[in-house]
Amino acid sequence: MKQVVLATLFLAGTLAAQPLNPAKLPQPPTDSWPTYNGDYTGRRFSPLKQITQANVNTLNLAWTRRFAAGGGRGGGGGVQIKATPLEVNGILYFATPDNAWAVDARSGRELWHYTWETTGGLHVGNRGFGMYGDWLYFETPDCYLVSLDAKTGKVRWNRQIADVKQEYFCGPAPMVIKSHIITGVGGDSLDVPGYLESHDPETGALQWRWNTTPRPGEPGSETWPSRTAMEHGGGMTWHSGTYDPELNLYYFGTGNPNPVYAPQSRSGNNLYTCSIVALNPDTGKLVWYYQVSPHDTHDFDNVETPVLIDGEFKGQSRKMLAQAARNGYFVLLDRTNGKNLLTAPFVEAVNWSKGLDADGRPIPNPDMDAKPDGTLVSPTEGGAANWFAPSFSPLTGLFYTHASESYGLDWKTDLSKTPEGYGGRNQTIWMQNVLQAIDYKTGKIVWSHRYPSQGGNRSGLLSTAGGLLFGGDPTSNVFAMDPANGKMLWHAGLQSSVSNGPITFELDGRQYVVVGAGDSLYAFTLPGH
Amino acid sequence: MLRVLQSCTGLVFGVCLAHAQLISRPVPPSDAVERGQKQFVVQCGSCHGADARGEDNGPDLVRSVIVLDDEQGSLIGPVVRKGLPNQGMPAFNLSDLQIRDLAAFLRERTQTAINRNAYPILNVVTGNPKDGAAFFNGAGRCNTCHSATGDLAGLASRFTPAQLQTRFLYPRGGRGGTAPKPTTATVTPRKGPAVSGTLEFIDDFTVGLRDNEGYYRSFSRDAVKVDIQDPLAAHVQLLKQYTDKNLHDVLDYLVTLK
Repeated sequence: MKQVVLATLFLAGTLAAQPLNPAKLPQPPTDSWPTYNGDYTGRRFSPLKQITQANVNTLNLAWTRRFAAGGGRGGGGGVQIKATPLEVNGILYFATPDNAWAVDARSGRELWHYTWETTGGLHVGNRGFGMYGDWLYFETPDCYLVSLDAKTGKVRWNRQIADVKQEYFCGPAPMVIKSHIITGVGGDSLDVPGYLESHDPETGALQWRWNTTPRPGEPGSETWPSRTAMEHGGGMTWHSGTYDPELNLYYFGTGNPNPVYAPQSRSGNNLYTCSIVALNPDTGKLVWYYQVSPHDTHDFDNVETPVLIDGEFKGQSRKMLAQAARNGYFVLLDRTNGKNLLTAPFVEAVNWSKGLDADGRPIPNPDMDAKPDGTLVSPTEGGAANWFAPSFSPLTGLFYTHASESYGLDWKTDLSKTPEGYGGRNQTIWMQNVLQAIDYKTGKIVWSHRYPSQGGNRSGLLSTAGGLLFGGDPTSNVFAMDPANGKMLWHAGLQSSVSNGPITFELDGRQYVVVGAGDSLYAFTLPGH
Repeated sequence: MLRVLQSCTGLVFGVCLAHAQLISRPVPPSDAVERGQKQFVVQCGSCHGADARGEDNGPDLVRSVIVLDDEQGSLIGPVVRKGLPNQGMPAFNLSDLQIRDLAAFLRERTQTAINRNAYPILNVVTGNPKDGAAFFNGAGRCNTCHSATGDLAGLASRFTPAQLQTRFLYPRGGRGGTAPKPTTATVTPRKGPAVSGTLEFIDDFTVGLRDNEGYYRSFSRDAVKVDIQDPLAAHVQLLKQYTDKNLHDVLDYLVTLK
């Protein structure tokens, strides 16, 4: 009898090191962090509560590890970990441009390091992996979808998803929904059209492609003046989105229209650029859209995470979606149909819009378009928010985002009838980073933390049931705050500023918090565990 | 051959938000570009435009997939030599060198379109210098800290108008400029005397300053009160107040300070 029990235990132990169980994906993250945002909701809220407001000031460094790029010809630059690592069965998986690693989550020990020989492209950042069973997927700057065996780091196959010679570059974390590996593309320097693709997890074969701009005659084409304009209209898909399994809808944001600062060849609203879009992930068909920046002229890619919130709104229980958009507005939608519930600015001086239309959409002010002699625009090109991960805590009902109060000059440089590429330039004049806590029910800022130093901040945020909000500041600290009021409860100085979104998970009964900062990962736990 | 370029698409006070590294294709030799341009204007320009952006009779070639995927004429050559009869493009009997020159010119055109940091900024001096002077000495209260004959004398001879435009909105040090006055701070501990000096560092946890004797002093924020005097605070305030007209008038006034 005893032997049987041992055998069962041994089997259970073996199973623990087995592939990612797909049942984990829709659950709040506890012992694993199996997707870019930890789960499908994009909330980056963990139910773990071993680390609490009472003990967070004793948080200790468990390990730290530096990583050096190798291989590819792009490897000369310093490593910047912008990826959110996945944690599955005690192993962390993350990527940087042309490089990928597996690391023991208990010790930081490197298990394998994969390098990709690049053929070019903008090496701006890689957001990490998607995982399906034993298989990992990431995108390279030269736009290949690469699948690795998680056990060995050996490549299974690669598949080109865009042409780097046309100035595409790639790096979002592929989104895994059922048997779909969903990939996006970036690149707005030469007016290429954007699209989203779904690939077969076994072979990489294309399952479907959804174009972010319509073709002549299709719905949405009435928002463009010509075939050429929509075929060169941009709308990149460079960030992964969120998923509601009950509604079977994949939500993501699309990038800005092209040419960027010279819109004279693309009059109209330019659908489906700068929009939040809901697709059926099995077919790639559009179910609804909501355009957050109609006819954008300020490079306000609308790719910021659409966070799924279930809760009350005006006394009614609703399934909602919230986004703090790059253009400076917080939007709350009914995610069953895309109807606007609320729009409110979340930074002080949004000056590019004339207000909101009946559907809560900002109305662009053409006087604030780039001009040859310069227009002073707030926020500047980098936006009030960007790809840096926000967080929503169901315990406080607050949506947290790093935000920039900023001004920039936009000059139009291309006055021709047929402008190309950016068609203009931008220079940031001044920027101040703040952390905003937004009441999703009203759009009001409940509290705001203004960092004492100027400058940008790329850190994402994480909230937990332990009553904590984790993030990084512009001066290389990782911190924990009280999410109810922004009071600092703990911090540690790192070698460089937090450059990804913090994650948390439980292993062997201990809760870890892991952040990436520059070329290093740092893992923190409580003492005595 | 790939070129590695460090670019910084989000440069903010020395913080490179993007840490972007562009691995770009080689720049074609300038003599080939020049020959290719001459030939293009004569043989292709009437349909595709002298700048290759397209006209009513022929498409834009700068953004053409064939042109972008081409390597020294590999794809352009067959199209030029065979023509595209269905689309009304005749065949041209060109030598290998001529094809390579055309490809070099078109590559240069696409690289010019792509490289936004090299786009020439057009005329920014469009305001009214008298109104700018009135704002400087009036509503803008610039004359509280600055003087046209004092610290700003000769300003316009050190900067291009476009440089001047970004610098007057929010000054920063660097070549040609006088460093802005430093931010100062007074730190008051719970016990003991207050310490004043130049602010060297501040975050939520630590404040560091250089005192009047040159010593670096740092304090934990939770034990002190900090008062900061930022001489550039008025510039930030003005960013929120400028109308488009003020902004250009002030620049035009500053451009007269030669």
